[in-house]
Amino acid sequence: MTPVVASSSTDAAQIGVWGLAASAILIVVAVVVSLWRQLGLERSMLWAALRALGQLIIVGFALQLVVGDDDPLIWSFLWLFVMLCFASWITAQRAKDVPRVFLLSFASYLAAMAVTLGVLFGFGVYEFEGRTIVPLAGIAIGNSLTTNVLLSRQLISAATEQRRVIEGRLALGLTARDAFQPHLRSSLRTALVPQIEATKAVGIVALPGAMTGLILAGVDPLDAVLVQISVMYLVLGSVATTATVMSLGISRELFTPAQQLRRLQRTTG
Amino acid sequence: MVERRGTVATVSGPSVFELRDVVAGPTADPILRDVSVSIPAEGITVLAGPSGGGKSTLLRLLNRLDDPISGEISWKGTSLDEWDPTELRRQVAMIFQQPPLFEGTVRDNLCVASPDVSDDRALHVLDHVDLAPELIDRDASLLSGGEAQRMCVARALLTDPDVVLADEPTAALDTAARHTVEDLARKLAASGVALVWVTHDTDQLRRLADHVGTVVDGRLTAFGHLEELSESADPTVRRLVGAGQ
Repeated sequence: MTPVVASSSTDAAQIGVWGLAASAILIVVAVVVSLWRQLGLERSMLWAALRALGQLIIVGFALQLVVGDDDPLIWSFLWLFVMLCFASWITAQRAKDVPRVFLLSFASYLAAMAVTLGVLFGFGVYEFEGRTIVPLAGIAIGNSLTTNVLLSRQLISAATEQRRVIEGRLALGLTARDAFQPHLRSSLRTALVPQIEATKAVGIVALPGAMTGLILAGVDPLDAVLVQISVMYLVLGSVATTATVMSLGISRELFTPAQQLRRLQRTTG
Repeated sequence: MVERRGTVATVSGPSVFELRDVVAGPTADPILRDVSVSIPAEGITVLAGPSGGGKSTLLRLLNRLDDPISGEISWKGTSLDEWDPTELRRQVAMIFQQPPLFEGTVRDNLCVASPDVSDDRALHVLDHVDLAPELIDRDASLLSGGEAQRMCVARALLTDPDVVLADEPTAALDTAARHTVEDLARKLAASGVALVWVTHDTDQLRRLADHVGTVVDGRLTAFGHLEELSESADPTVRRLVGAGQ
């Protein structure tokens, strides 16, 4: 099967140092607005702009180590592993009430990677190389992270605030799985609906990032659209897989083997 | 007649639950300490005592919503650990102070306990708890407090329990609804279902109790027939069972 995106490089748009400096005028505009309206956000804006610049330049250099045609794939997998660990750590920091949250989120991101990259590479949509592995995994994990944190908080809230109802079902002889099912379903819907809505609105409300970047880089808009669509599907598939694995994992952690709802020590509201 | 077998509080006749040296609580710091008692298989056993004393903690152990920190509990002669918790809970129903209402109609709520319940059976249990048949299609969230509690009793009865555990089921109800639920409890006991009923309302205790256990500061301080505890030498026990009021 011919890959949708050819492996040969396209003429990249090079804005250069002066182009970058000129685009920074827009940061000045934002700072001026903050000063004018006395928002007190100037330092925050400048720090954010500088931090983004620093982080992305480092990432750019690092990516050069893995995206070359001759670079060994082991570096891509190492990058992928670090991304999985970092995403799991961030999830653990933002959803501290979830038992064994690091392991659960790691497993959920890993499953999402296996499913989504498996489909994209298995069907030859993209060539299996460093240039594609790292960016695709990054998009998938990045989007899944937000959903995972939201979902984790939803499930923990349900387990604590709806304890009376859940124990009401357990007391009727329902299994833990059945007793928690309505809350699981509701939390999954809450976590997934924003991504579904974003997928529906794409192109109408805003042009998505990957497509915009490709068009700016000189790629034919229709080719850019095909890439963007595959990326949207990648994100949706990744988010759905992550959320499913995470929610099933959390559901198991919430109950004892004797089908009792555990008491959680809440650290967040 | 109150008997003491070793340190186990018991009354004459068969028992459903046997508790031995039970220590329990939601955290490592126990609420309930060294409770040993045989709970009778017939009639209404009322657990009385001040709030926070451990009555609800004890009740939750009996259908394994919680496990004890130490000690042994058996049901029909078999340790609770050896029972499938879902099977145990279908035989040992639980009614809560705040009735947990599930989404949907009364029929939907009944279906949670018995997914294949027929209309005839559903209407029969509603009739058993004195709920009008037309309520079956009412949204459960629209029921009054008394109706909701009775609906929860009906829902629990669909599992054909041998025992009903009731954790202050009338605490949030008005007088009329309270008496209706008490009548229902008497009717259930008369039909052979044993009840373990938690309350700190001494008037209610005297209306309902066949047997009484007093739980104070996590310890079972007395257990026996209501008449016997009413004549206890311990004034605290007499006060907790409302003797001499």
